[in-house]
Amino acid sequence: MTLEKTPVTDFATDFDHTDPAWVADPYPIWEELRQRCPVAHTERYGGAWFPATHEGVSRIAKDTKNFTSRTVIMNDGRPDELALPSPIGVAPPITSDPPFHQIARKLILPAFSPGAINPLEPQVRALCRTLLDRLAESDVVEASWEYARLIPPSVIRQMLGFPEEDTEVFIDIVHTVTESVDLPMDERIAAFEPIEEYFTRQIEDHQVHPRDDLTTFLLNAEIDGQKLAVEHVFGTMILILVAGIDTTWSAIGSSLWHLAQNPSDLERLVHEPDLMTVALEEFLRFYAPVTMARLVKHDMDYLGVAMKEDDWILLGFPAANRDPAAFPDADRFIIDRAENRHVAFGLGIHRCAGSNLARLELRVALEEFVARYPRFTLADPDQVTWSQGQIRGPRRLPIRVG
Amino acid sequence: MRVVIDGDLCQGQGRCFSIAPSVFGFDELGNGVVLAAGELGEGALELARLAQANCPEHAVRVVE
Repeated sequence: MTLEKTPVTDFATDFDHTDPAWVADPYPIWEELRQRCPVAHTERYGGAWFPATHEGVSRIAKDTKNFTSRTVIMNDGRPDELALPSPIGVAPPITSDPPFHQIARKLILPAFSPGAINPLEPQVRALCRTLLDRLAESDVVEASWEYARLIPPSVIRQMLGFPEEDTEVFIDIVHTVTESVDLPMDERIAAFEPIEEYFTRQIEDHQVHPRDDLTTFLLNAEIDGQKLAVEHVFGTMILILVAGIDTTWSAIGSSLWHLAQNPSDLERLVHEPDLMTVALEEFLRFYAPVTMARLVKHDMDYLGVAMKEDDWILLGFPAANRDPAAFPDADRFIIDRAENRHVAFGLGIHRCAGSNLARLELRVALEEFVARYPRFTLADPDQVTWSQGQIRGPRRLPIRVG
Repeated sequence: MRVVIDGDLCQGQGRCFSIAPSVFGFDELGNGVVLAAGELGEGALELARLAQANCPEHAVRVVE
């Protein structure tokens, strides 16, 4: 059951990122907040702040002294209620703070470095082509549900070494973690139980049958001569799964949504393939899918507001990317924007560890789609639906290709 | 003119080696490294400046 919620009438004093208006089109809301506040507040979720400027987002992202990453998904609970193991956090390193954060992060970074990720390109390309072959029969294709959605899980599943037939299970798990934020706490905890069972089964299988994948790597990894705590292995696997699927799915979907409505951008991508390097970064700036969260560590005045210990910070990297103080013509999509310091992957020590994989998947997914369909349009704008929560992207996206 | 990466600021955003692969590479963790030691030629300098203008962490600097 979803709690009955009051619609938001003033986002400056009572914001809610799950409000239908925010879900449908958050950009005018953020622009209004930048002019009015610029740090919005809400009593919802037990108290939260939303800085709408690049400066505010940037300052908080880099400030691990005053803010903690113990949990990064804003919900009605607080981390204590989930009894997180300290200092690991529920999904290290994204939920870890210094100094443990750096240890946990260094462990997984080599697996996501360009050196490890770039060789996956032929496999990602083959996957995209197979998915496009399956769509080939009709004039209208489901570019989100039947294409973008299916690209990231296949790669992540293989990296973790989970069975091929489990792709749909993955997607359910991701949905639970990122989109069910408005469930009551007991239901949210109950929803996590099947996930725990599934991962425990996979870990046990890898303990008995070690193989060359990330799960086995984590089980064998050591910190100061000690094997990782089981909570650490489990949490990092959850992180890789959750952070690697909805996010890139959303970026691919939003980019296709844009191209379906902007024929001149589509035409340029078709005829100038070299443009992709800069176009990719503009897609990431303009449609950055990921908003993070922090918790305030102690009462303080910060960015001109009185923050209280355990208040949430909704850390809107997508809002920072639309701040005219940081980007000229911030609200215009400029496909060949040459200078683009966007923060789609975050800033500071928690920079998205999977950014190289995300870029590879986004680039190849777009290259293959426009190669197959050099002209396409939105089939029916009214049928496009958007995700709710901290990951923004189209979930239904019927596109006319014929 | 030469280019440096501030290792304290670099977080592996990956923009420099994507924009200027002849000037920048990456290490085992995915952090940027400068490949072109010493004085930069004209073409490399232009690319290095573009990388500087695109680094979200302000870690890339072209210096005298």
